[in-house]
Amino acid sequence: MPDFILRRLFQGLLVVLGVTATVFVVTRVFGDPVSLMLPLSATDAQRAAFAAQIGLDQPLPVQFWRFLTDIVTLDFGDSLWQRRPAIEVVFERLPNTALLVGAGLGLAVLVSIPLGAIAALRPGGLVDRLVVSLGLLGLAMPQFWLGLMAIMVFAVQLKWLPTSGFGTAAHLVLPALTLAMTPIARFTMMVRAAMIDELNKPYVQTARAKGMSLPRILRVHTLRNILVPFLALSGWEAITALSGYTVVVETVFAWPGLGLTAVQAIQRGDLFLMQAIVFVIAALIVIIGIAIDVAAKSIDPRIELN
Amino acid sequence: MSALLKIEDLAVVFDTRAGTVEALRGVSLSLGRGETLGIVGESGSGKSVTAQAVMGLIDVPGRIAGGSISWDGQALVQDGAQQHPSGIWGKEVTMVFQSPMTSLNPLMTIGAQLEEVIRKHLGLGRAAARDHAAEMLAAVGISGARRRLDQYPHEFSGGMRQRVMIAMAIACEPKLLIADEPTTALDVTIQAQILELLAGLQERLGLSIILITHDLGIVAGLCHRVAVMYAGQIVETGSVDDIFDRPAHPYTQGLIRSTPRLDEPEDRLTAIEGTPPGLLHPPEGCAFRTRCPIARDDCRAPQALRPFGAGFVACTQPGVDAWGDGK
Repeated sequence: MPDFILRRLFQGLLVVLGVTATVFVVTRVFGDPVSLMLPLSATDAQRAAFAAQIGLDQPLPVQFWRFLTDIVTLDFGDSLWQRRPAIEVVFERLPNTALLVGAGLGLAVLVSIPLGAIAALRPGGLVDRLVVSLGLLGLAMPQFWLGLMAIMVFAVQLKWLPTSGFGTAAHLVLPALTLAMTPIARFTMMVRAAMIDELNKPYVQTARAKGMSLPRILRVHTLRNILVPFLALSGWEAITALSGYTVVVETVFAWPGLGLTAVQAIQRGDLFLMQAIVFVIAALIVIIGIAIDVAAKSIDPRIELN
Repeated sequence: MSALLKIEDLAVVFDTRAGTVEALRGVSLSLGRGETLGIVGESGSGKSVTAQAVMGLIDVPGRIAGGSISWDGQALVQDGAQQHPSGIWGKEVTMVFQSPMTSLNPLMTIGAQLEEVIRKHLGLGRAAARDHAAEMLAAVGISGARRRLDQYPHEFSGGMRQRVMIAMAIACEPKLLIADEPTTALDVTIQAQILELLAGLQERLGLSIILITHDLGIVAGLCHRVAVMYAGQIVETGSVDDIFDRPAHPYTQGLIRSTPRLDEPEDRLTAIEGTPPGLLHPPEGCAFRTRCPIARDDCRAPQALRPFGAGFVACTQPGVDAWGDGK
């Protein structure tokens, strides 16, 4: 197990470096960071001075070497927009995003498992068809639209919750619900399909013949068996949430997390902040992947980690 | 012998897209204390469905369409309606299934699966249940029982898994054990061990056993009484000796003569020509008549089990040597 984690961490390091290097190549070789970051009205002298200031006058291999050695100390340069180290901005915003994603995905897990299990009890029955229809609806609603609708209904019309912003638990409700909708739908569909599969397996008949109650069979026997594929899907959803959902949801609700910061960094041509965000998100994705594998092994002893 | 289990005129159907499949069409059986009943028949004859009905395991798309099952005076099925008595299934009446490789939960330890049933039915605490589970594993011939409690099914061979299944089935001192083709998925040497184990347990615990199989050799070795099923009905019942020495129904005769024998040279295997009728629209009258060499016009009328010799047969010409070669 420790061997496995070390090996995966090493592989993950390569992946993160690869992703970051790609950003380096795309921005320096194919793009021009100076015209990206300076306003159109900047003079040639100003451009040259700025290039020298951030080291762009050096040959590419030298730049790349400096880029790599700086990364080791988590030095991505100063954010042009915030005038402080980019990584500092990232670490300041990261907990907000973690709170949003944790609340959204946590809610999705709590809702989808019972919903999917109830639907699976009578495939094709009324409850099942209702759940499947709602699931398709949930998958079909884009988050930017859902977020705006939620603001209009619950914040503007009913005035139950704040329209946007950050600070109290009430501020978390609408963004988390909006972010949770797609994962709820996808998790529920998956739990339903996997539960139907499991409930038809011979071990369930054994449990019934032992006189076990249906709730116990669902809770103890089948749930454990769908947990490994469920973990894999929730890892995927967590990654999608970090690198996609949060960009939309945080923008709609002005939630000061990494997603909103990424949008702002791109709008302001803040190259160094962008690089820091990409690096941290890539690292998080690698860590989630390893955590999912280790958790799967602890549930299913037949899984070989290698 | 007082009857422990009584099945009367049981009908089970399966609702499918194509229509209603009549899996059991009026099955009646009874079983006494300490008795071993063999139910034989080919695939689809209703052997397993009968067992599932007794265990309360008939589920959508299947349903009980009529008849009654009573256990020790208590109704399990009353006039076609499923009853839900507690403390019978898993405790007094238990079942061992055909495929030991898939009948255990792959993600629970053997111990957890044993303790679960012990704690539910015997009301023991955690530690006592674990002791009892270890005893049960030892009773079915698994060595190092205590250590093996913490292992998962994939760490056991097929034969060992079937022993675990049997351990779960006898854990709460059952009165009836239903074994649905318990050795079909196992190789021959293991088969013999499992059957010996069952016979030994029966003697020691005074169990009644219903043994479902298509292997007549197993029936001959283990059972007191036999019921032969065909197309969802019982066509003949009787003692093992009677059935094997004087089979009265043409189908039973066909089954016995199609069993390969070691004591006679045979060039080729004998088979019963044809296939059983589909149960979507089962024929009126004797279902075997399309394959029967001595079928007559009056076979088109429904045939009930009637006393013949020491047993019961549903046939217009019981005891006639239908296949005419005396085999």
